[in-house]
Amino acid sequence: MVNEVMFFLIGTMILIFSVLTVTTRRILRAAVYLLFVLISTAGLYFMLNYNFLAAVQLTVYAGGIVVLIIFSILLTSHLSERAVMAPLKQSLLSALATLAGATLTLMTILRFSFIPNAGTDPQFNITDVGNSLVSYNRDGYALPFEVISVLLLAAMIGAIVVAKKERKIKD
Amino acid sequence: MIQNIPLSYFLVISTMMFFIGIYGFLTRRNLITMLMSVELILNSVNINFVAFNRYLYPQQLQGHFFMLIVIAVAAAEAAVAIAIIINIYRNFKSIDVENVDEMKY
Repeated sequence: MVNEVMFFLIGTMILIFSVLTVTTRRILRAAVYLLFVLISTAGLYFMLNYNFLAAVQLTVYAGGIVVLIIFSILLTSHLSERAVMAPLKQSLLSALATLAGATLTLMTILRFSFIPNAGTDPQFNITDVGNSLVSYNRDGYALPFEVISVLLLAAMIGAIVVAKKERKIKD
Repeated sequence: MIQNIPLSYFLVISTMMFFIGIYGFLTRRNLITMLMSVELILNSVNINFVAFNRYLYPQQLQGHFFMLIVIAVAAAEAAVAIAIIINIYRNFKSIDVENVDEMKY
């Protein structure tokens, strides 16, 4: 009973704040609603008993990316400014297209019967996750780990180069 | 798995979140809000990975690593996108896609 109540509470929070994120006309509020969505998602991971993933979601997503977005909002727009929305015809067409896509996908999902694995609840701790992240044996993830670290380095350098102020060339 | 909650509930929530993100991406005219819609889409995909991992293959860790990699890619993407947005703001004094219609530097 407690599980259902918690799940529906988190689910409705996620959906309501997602809709508010894409419909509100104030950009900073949209960022705060996005933060609520990400925190509620971490709540879902806590319900699934994946504490490590919930912690990663809270620190990297809710902590890092939202702060980055809020910084860029403050750098590029005035707080009193309202966002320009698409014309009504385009909004209606987009709503129609997304509704059609959502109905199609939901019908497909609800028709398929997933058979959950009714094994015992395995308990992972962070040690297992970390060991398998750097292991190069079977079920090891050393290669994706290295690739993602190179990608992060490249993205970091690229972001600095792109956002750097152009220096005036004296001639 | 959670008692009394089937896997499809998670899939329904993540599907609706995904399409809300697509709606935002299609209707928003501000680059930063479009970026936020993309974050919503990525987050809904993460919910799918984690729920499948928990319900169908609870003995394995594949969903964990997919989710961690998706989060890392999302962080890298947000950083690069925001650098580009700031550069666009410097050149055009606006970040609405309607005003940024020339790719010439």
